Amino acid sequence: MLYIKCPYCGLRAQKEFSYGGDATVKRPNINEEVSSKDWDNFVYMRKSPRGKHIELWQHIAGCRQWIKVQRDTATHEIFQTAKVTEEIR
Amino acid sequence: MSQLFRLNKEGLINRNKKISFTFNGKKLFGYEGDTIASALIANGIHLVGRSFKYHRPRGFFGAGVEEPNAKLQVEFNGHSEPNVNATEMELVEGLSATSQNCWPSVNFDIGAINNFLKMFFPAGFYYKTFMWPKSFWYKIYEPFIRKAAGLGVASIEKDKERYEHKFEYCDLLVTGSGPSGLASAYAAAKNGAKVILAEDKPRFGGTLLTDDVSIDNLSGKDWAEKIITELKSMPNVTVKNRSQVFGYYDHNMLVMFERVSDHLEKKSKFTPRQRLWYIRAKETILSTGSIERPIVFGNNDTPGIFLSAAAKEYMKVYGVLVGKKPLIFTNNDSAYETALEFKKNNVEPIILDTREEHSSEVIDEAKSKGIDIRFSHGVIVANGYKKVKSAKIGKLNKDKNSFERIETVDCDCICVSGFWTPSVHLASQSGNKLKYEEKIDAFIPDKKKQHETSVGAANGSFTLEESLKNGFENGSNLSAKITDTKTEIAIPNVNEKKYGAHDKFWCMPLPKNENPKRFVDFQNDVSVSDIEIALREGYRSIEHVKRYTTLGMATDQGRTSNLNGLQLVSNIENKIVPEVGHTTFRPPFTPITIGTIVGREVGMEYMPTRKTPMHEWHEKNNAVFVDAGAWKRPRYYKQGNETLFEASKREAKNVRENVGICDVTTLGKIDIKGPDAAEFLNRVYTNAWMKLPVGKARYGLMLREDGIVMDDGTTTRISENHYHMTTTTAQAANVLSHLEYYLQIVWPELNVNVVSTTEQWAGAAIAGPKSRDMLSKLYPNLDVSNEALPFMGYKEAEFFGVTSRIFRISFSGELAYEINVKSDHGMFMWEKMMEVGKEFGNQPYGTEALSTLRIEMGHVAGPELDGRTIPSDVSLNGLVSKKKDFIGKNSLGREAFNVESRQKIVGLIPIDRKSSIPEGSHIVQDQNAKLPNPKLGHVSSSCWSVENNNPFSLAIMKDGKNMIGKKFFAVSPLKNKSIEVEVISSHYVDPEGKRVRS
Ligand SMILES: [Zn+2]
Repeated sequence: MLYIKCPYCGLRAQKEFSYGGDATVKRPNINEEVSSKDWDNFVYMRKSPRGKHIELWQHIAGCRQWIKVQRDTATHEIFQTAKVTEEIR
Repeated sequence: MSQLFRLNKEGLINRNKKISFTFNGKKLFGYEGDTIASALIANGIHLVGRSFKYHRPRGFFGAGVEEPNAKLQVEFNGHSEPNVNATEMELVEGLSATSQNCWPSVNFDIGAINNFLKMFFPAGFYYKTFMWPKSFWYKIYEPFIRKAAGLGVASIEKDKERYEHKFEYCDLLVTGSGPSGLASAYAAAKNGAKVILAEDKPRFGGTLLTDDVSIDNLSGKDWAEKIITELKSMPNVTVKNRSQVFGYYDHNMLVMFERVSDHLEKKSKFTPRQRLWYIRAKETILSTGSIERPIVFGNNDTPGIFLSAAAKEYMKVYGVLVGKKPLIFTNNDSAYETALEFKKNNVEPIILDTREEHSSEVIDEAKSKGIDIRFSHGVIVANGYKKVKSAKIGKLNKDKNSFERIETVDCDCICVSGFWTPSVHLASQSGNKLKYEEKIDAFIPDKKKQHETSVGAANGSFTLEESLKNGFENGSNLSAKITDTKTEIAIPNVNEKKYGAHDKFWCMPLPKNENPKRFVDFQNDVSVSDIEIALREGYRSIEHVKRYTTLGMATDQGRTSNLNGLQLVSNIENKIVPEVGHTTFRPPFTPITIGTIVGREVGMEYMPTRKTPMHEWHEKNNAVFVDAGAWKRPRYYKQGNETLFEASKREAKNVRENVGICDVTTLGKIDIKGPDAAEFLNRVYTNAWMKLPVGKARYGLMLREDGIVMDDGTTTRISENHYHMTTTTAQAANVLSHLEYYLQIVWPELNVNVVSTTEQWAGAAIAGPKSRDMLSKLYPNLDVSNEALPFMGYKEAEFFGVTSRIFRISFSGELAYEINVKSDHGMFMWEKMMEVGKEFGNQPYGTEALSTLRIEMGHVAGPELDGRTIPSDVSLNGLVSKKKDFIGKNSLGREAFNVESRQKIVGLIPIDRKSSIPEGSHIVQDQNAKLPNPKLGHVSSSCWSVENNNPFSLAIMKDGKNMIGKKFFAVSPLKNKSIEVEVISSHYVDPEGKRVRS
């Protein structure tokens, strides 16, 4: 079970979180024209890297904040966590 | 009956307390502190089971977790458990143990015939022998294998015991209480660290209990006791025996299995049987010690053959002799201690040492005590079928591959030692890549992967002095980093014998023309020739050899066999062991019970139960409940002998004719507040929200970004910047997360807050033509006319003195209202409604009637919004705005979503107007067509229409409304039904929606 540091609550067990996918995907702006290709990329296309991956988790059984987690998908090592408004280098 | 093999004084058992038990029906006794194994050996019983493949007689081999053979079916305290390790299970009064894997009995086993049909079971026999024909599997092979080779039998009774889970955090977790573990725990505890010390066995001390050493002038055992006593007295230390740390998981989480009460004669009602600990440790000391490995020789599985350290442990801990005419067969010095222990107890051993004549401290001691030592010797083959009677031994030539002399000696046990294998399982599980240590011919942990530090024998240090030093240093350094305190501790003086080098000798050669089985893996019956076959057949990777031969794949995880297997492969392949590599270690280290894994999450505790504030009323009024997620909802209220069908029909009919009330508390409710709330809703829902006035509700539809309908519900504008959203019961949690996602990540600029209020409000729907009359009685001072409170209107008013919200919304398609009061007033509201509603014929209705009402109205719900439908599929495209953008809008233009023949919602009625159509039925053109019969759609929801008094169903069907008027078959192979149906509109009742507006 992973041990995830919520930027608001501190280190908490994985049980308290739910996974939210790739955090680097950006939704096209509302009310803005978007090509079918860009839209399809946003909705469907995800990388599945082996290694470092910046992803979203929601602290559902805690503060309910969505957070960013930089994790190694192979070893599960967590390098960094951040608020969604913050950048992960 | 006297115990012929029990020593008079020796041992740590309690001789004042006899314990009776039975083995294969025979009444026996042992003492408190015995294991099943030690008690049986004391009674001279060695034959305990039959081997897996060949059904050869098997006896005890070890004295603890390393045991590959002695797995018994054990009954005690009213439960029966298979595969219990007899060398670990403590004896309790009334216990009854039976041999498994033998039929009809351990003494006469029909399967033993396999032993004489060896060609039947070579390596890979599972793959080769039983390949064809397929039908033979079920009828012949499988029943045969199951009967002859099954392990124990799992109980089919309900497990009445209690199991617990516990979460714990500590600075340092120490796994194993041998010398290095004790030293680590002690040093860390003195630094003020929060320490957990876990010991698998009932007694603390590990090898200190059996080794002939002294520490600070105390015996090993006394020193261990002194340290444990001090540790127990410290508030920052938790000391646990009977506790096996069996898994090392991500982020330094370790899992421990504690045997809490199996050994107790009496326990209080709430004492759990076993407990699972999830321990998050900042640092972990792995002081798991080492396991002796055997030397491979002919018939080395005969009962009476033991690991040499196990034989010593039986003497020193249990006061039991494994035999009275022992042969000690060794390639190293440690087995001499076993010989000395025998000698001390007046038993004359013979030592066969594979090394050439030489001397060391312990060899000299053995010599001086007059023990018969034969160098360059080894056991070639053991004789005796159900017990060792003699052994053919040989003097090895210098090449160690041939014999100078062969003779037979009498013996009743053989104690074998092929040196020591560090227990690296936990280190390996942590992700540590192991490295091969030439000096000890075994793998030890390499660079740290998590926060694991291996010490003592687990790290390949086999001397007490080194182990203690290692333990004190690591315990102190690791904890000092955490507590910032460093207490100096003097490392104690140690007195131990110095051992000479071991012999790199693992497998005894065979004389020409002799071919007894030489087992590498006892539990899975894998012999030297099996490994040779696998290599001859081209298997190279050790992982493949393992799977082909099943080497190391039994429940003992190859604790005594892995390294010998590797040595064998490397010898045959002419490689060095590190090139061959090792197989992966996986948790659990030892088998654990399913009950422990499940813990308290069984039956009613499997998940939380959510009850509405009116639950008790429903119970008292014969509600039959249905699970809606964690909620309990009344499905129907049973009157007399009514069936579900009859009751739901009565309830639904009453709504259509009079008025009914339904508990709708379980609907998800979300409070939405903020100046940008309208803009937010406008983006979340497909329809327009900017112009909804205060005091009005609106039906809304939300999509996922891929255009699929996510949920539907009504949202009401309570005040300027305050909205009340409802969701379906099932989607409540998902919708909240969905809203939070967009507010926190996608549109943080919107000034809006959301919070779940599902449990703050109790809700009741009153529906039916007489609902307005009833409402006016409930709110005598309120104008509830159609003009004052129109369809989709909203009012706040006092309900007999308590705050309430009135929403004029309808799911049943009738004139209807939903009243919300604070949860605490839910029961009050409900009872008042029942009382006031009497004169209007008000009756409660459950979810079954609710479904009937919405289905015949053509209102969609979960079965239609099943994660595959878009708005136009379910006739909700009227709610999709063309003017504004919203979540999922861009996806609605996808080609596949706009194909004319796409599956869409329709209604179905049976041609005979009688046969109910099973939900899930497939719609086909021709019921007798050849399979696969082309599927035109499926039946999503079915009911008995109370309005038209015949069955009616909703279906999602190809070409949708174009099919209206045509006839098809609804087939359900599951229910073995085929019903001819006609396609009609999905709006079966009141298609214009006049009633809700009346
Ligand atoms: Zn948090």
